Amino acid sequence: MDIQELATTLRSFWGLWLMLLFVGIVVWTFWPSQARKREMSDHANIPFREE
Amino acid sequence: MSQTESYNEDVVRQFVVATMFWGIVGFLAGVYIAMQLAWPVFNLDLEWFSFGRLRPLHTSAVIFAFGGNALLGTSFYVVQRTCRASLFGGSGLAQFVFWGYQLFIVMAALGYVLGVTQGHEYAEPEWFVDIWLTVVWVAYLVAFMGTIVRRKEPHIYVANWFYLAFIVTVAVLHVVHSLSVPVSFLGAKSYSLFAGVQDALTQWWYGHNAVGFFLTAGFLGLMYYFIPKQVDRPIYSYRLSVVHFWSLIFLYIWAGPHHLLHTALPDWAQTLGVTFSIMLWMPSWGGMINGLMTISGAWDKLRTDPVLRFMVAGIGFYGMSTFEGPLMSIKAVNALSHYTDWTIGHVHSGTLGWVGFITFGAIYFLVPRLWGRDSLYSEKLVGTHFWVSTIGIVFYIVAMWVSGIMQGLMWKAYDSLGFLQYSFAETVDAMHPFYVIRMLGGLLYLIGALIMVYNLWRTVRGDVLRPVAAAA
Amino acid sequence: MKFSNAPFEKNVLLLLIGTLITISIGGIVEIVPLYTIESTIEKVEGVRPYSPLELAGRNIYIREGCYVCHSQQIRSFRDEVERYGHYSLAAESMYDHPFQWGSKRTGPDLARVGGKYSNEWHVAHLIDPRAVVPESIMPGYSFLAERPLGYEDIAAHLEALRITGVPYSDDMIANARADLEAQDDPDADTDGLLARYPKVVIGDFDDDRGPLSEMDALVAYLQMLGTLVDFTRYGTQDLQQ
Repeated sequence: MDIQELATTLRSFWGLWLMLLFVGIVVWTFWPSQARKREMSDHANIPFREE
Repeated sequence: MSQTESYNEDVVRQFVVATMFWGIVGFLAGVYIAMQLAWPVFNLDLEWFSFGRLRPLHTSAVIFAFGGNALLGTSFYVVQRTCRASLFGGSGLAQFVFWGYQLFIVMAALGYVLGVTQGHEYAEPEWFVDIWLTVVWVAYLVAFMGTIVRRKEPHIYVANWFYLAFIVTVAVLHVVHSLSVPVSFLGAKSYSLFAGVQDALTQWWYGHNAVGFFLTAGFLGLMYYFIPKQVDRPIYSYRLSVVHFWSLIFLYIWAGPHHLLHTALPDWAQTLGVTFSIMLWMPSWGGMINGLMTISGAWDKLRTDPVLRFMVAGIGFYGMSTFEGPLMSIKAVNALSHYTDWTIGHVHSGTLGWVGFITFGAIYFLVPRLWGRDSLYSEKLVGTHFWVSTIGIVFYIVAMWVSGIMQGLMWKAYDSLGFLQYSFAETVDAMHPFYVIRMLGGLLYLIGALIMVYNLWRTVRGDVLRPVAAAA
Repeated sequence: MKFSNAPFEKNVLLLLIGTLITISIGGIVEIVPLYTIESTIEKVEGVRPYSPLELAGRNIYIREGCYVCHSQQIRSFRDEVERYGHYSLAAESMYDHPFQWGSKRTGPDLARVGGKYSNEWHVAHLIDPRAVVPESIMPGYSFLAERPLGYEDIAAHLEALRITGVPYSDDMIANARADLEAQDDPDADTDGLLARYPKVVIGDFDDDRGPLSEMDALVAYLQMLGTLVDFTRYGTQDLQQ
C-alpha cells in the first residue's frame, strides 16, 4: 500500500477524524486539574471585582 | 480603580436611550411592513411607503440601530468594568462615537426612504455613508482597544474577546463588501466593484457574518458579562469559553455559501458552506451550554427574577435557532426552505428571541445602576413584558414555519397529469392568514417593548411600584 | 503537550492579530478561487453589457428594492425550470453590479421574465398590480409612469461600470445618450444601437409617445431579463462549472 492509497483510505473516514477532533477538544475543555481550576476561577471572577 | 465615578457612564446612558428609541422605531417599521404583506393597500402607492424601501429601513433599524447601539453601549460599560479603567480617549472620543453612529443611522434611514441604495441586502447605504461609518468604527475600535491597553487587570476578560472579534470582523466585512465606484463625487450613486457570482458570495460572506459577528459574537460578549452578574455566579466553564471563542470565529466565516445553495455558485463552494454550517452547530451549543450552566444551582432564581428569565429565554432561542440554521443549510432541506418565509421565521427566532431578549435583560440590569436607582420601577411589568413578547415570538415563528413550508410544497406540487398544480399567485393567496398572524405576533412584541419603555422611564424618574399587600 | 491561551488573554494586540488571522482563512479559501478558477463562469455566447436604457431601468429596479421580494436566480429543480425556464447560469449575471439574485420569493422569480408578457401588461401591472393579478400583494408604482427619466449623466454611469470591469467600449460611452433615446423610439435609426447591443428590444415601452419616463426604462429592463443566452445551442456538458 503506497502513501497515495493510504491517504485515500484515511480520507474516506473523514467523519471519524472530525469526531475524534471534537472529542479531543471536549476532553481538553473539561479535563480536571487543580492548578488550572484556580487560575480559571480567578479569571471567571473578574466581573465581580469592579465596584 | 476604586471610585466608580471615573467610569464614563454618560455615554452608556446615551446608548441605552438610543437602543430603546431605535428599537421601537425598528419594531414599528416591522409591524408596518408586515401589514403591507397582509394588506397591500398599506403601500399607499407612494414611493416612500412602499415595501421595497421600508423593508431595508426595518432590517437596518433593528440590526444596526437597535442591536448596534446595544452593542456599543454595553461594550463600553463592560470593557471599563472588566479592565477597571476608564474609557480611552475620554468623553470627547466617546461622544464622537455616539453621535457619529447616530448620524450614520439617520443618513442610512433617509437614504432608504428616498431610494438611495446600493442594492446589497443588509448593506444598502451608499458609498459616502459607508465611508462615514468606517471613520466612526475606527474611532470605536480605538476607544475600546485603548481601554483594554490601560487595564488594571492583567487578564482580558472573555466578554471583551467577543466584543473585539465583533468590532474587527465587522470592520473587515464592511470595508471589503462596500468597495464600489461612485458615478460622480457629488452624486449618491455608485456601482459595486463585484459582479454576479463573485458579488453573490461576497455579499453572503458579509451577510452571514453580519449575523455571525454582529448578532452573535457581539451579543455573546454581552452574555458573558451580564449573565454572571445577574445570577451573581461566575461563568460555568472559563475553558469552554476559550474553545467557544476560537471555534466560533473560525467556523462562522465559512458558512456564507449556504445562502446560495443550488444556484450558479460552483458546487465546491456550496459544499464547503454546508459542511462548515453543520460544524458550526457545535460551538454554538457550547456557548449555549456555558450560558445556561452558569445558572445551574440557582435555577430557583428563574421564578423570582424576570430579568434573568429574559436572558435565559434568550439563550434558549439562541440554541434553537443555531440548531435550525445548520438544519436549513442541508441541501435537501434548503431546496424546500430557500426563498420562502421559513427563512424569515428562522431569522426572527434568532433576532426577536436571542438578540432582543438578551438585550432587554442587559438593559433592565443596566438602567437602575446607571441612573442610581435601587431597583426597577416594577418587576411585575418586566414579567408582563416577558410573556407578551414571548407569545408574540411564538405567533411569529409558527406562522412563518407553516407559511414557509406550505409555500415551498405548493411550488413543487404536481397534479395527476404532471403539470405544476399551483400558479404563483395561488401560493401568494394561501399566505394571507399567516401574514395576518405574523403581523399580530410582531405587534405583541412591539407592545412588550413599549411596556419596557414605560417601566424604564418610571425607573429613571425614581418611582417604585410597591405591591399593595407589601405596603399595608 | 501544552496548549495555552494565556498569551492572547494578556496581550490585546496578539488577540487582535489572532482574531484577524482566524477569520481570514475561510473567506480567502472560498472567495479568492472564484476569481482565479476559469470555470467559475461558463463560456456561453450572447451575454452583453446592459444597453443604457436597460441600465437606467435596472437602477430603478434597485432603487425601489424589487430584489427584496423577487429573486433572479432559477435553481436547477424540475419545478423551477418548468415554472421559470432554464436554470440560471453564472455567466448571465457577470455584468451585474451588484448582483440581484435575491433571497426571497414573495413574488415570482424574474430571471427570465423578459418577453413573457407584453409591454402593455407590464405597464398596467406596475401601475395597479391587482388590476391584472387579483391575488397580488405587490405595491403599485403608478408614479413611475409620470416621472421623466433622468439620464443626462448616463455616460458617466457607463464609465463607472467600465472601471469595475464591464466591457463598455468608447463607442458605447460616446453614444450612450443617443442609444438610450433611440431604444424608446420605434421611428429612430437603431442600426448602431443594435450593433452595439445585440438582441436589444426597441419600442415605446409605455406607449404614450411622450417623453421618456421611468416606466419606459424599467419595462425595457424587465423585457430583456434572461433573453440573452440561446439555450437551444447548449447541452448540459457545455454548462459545466
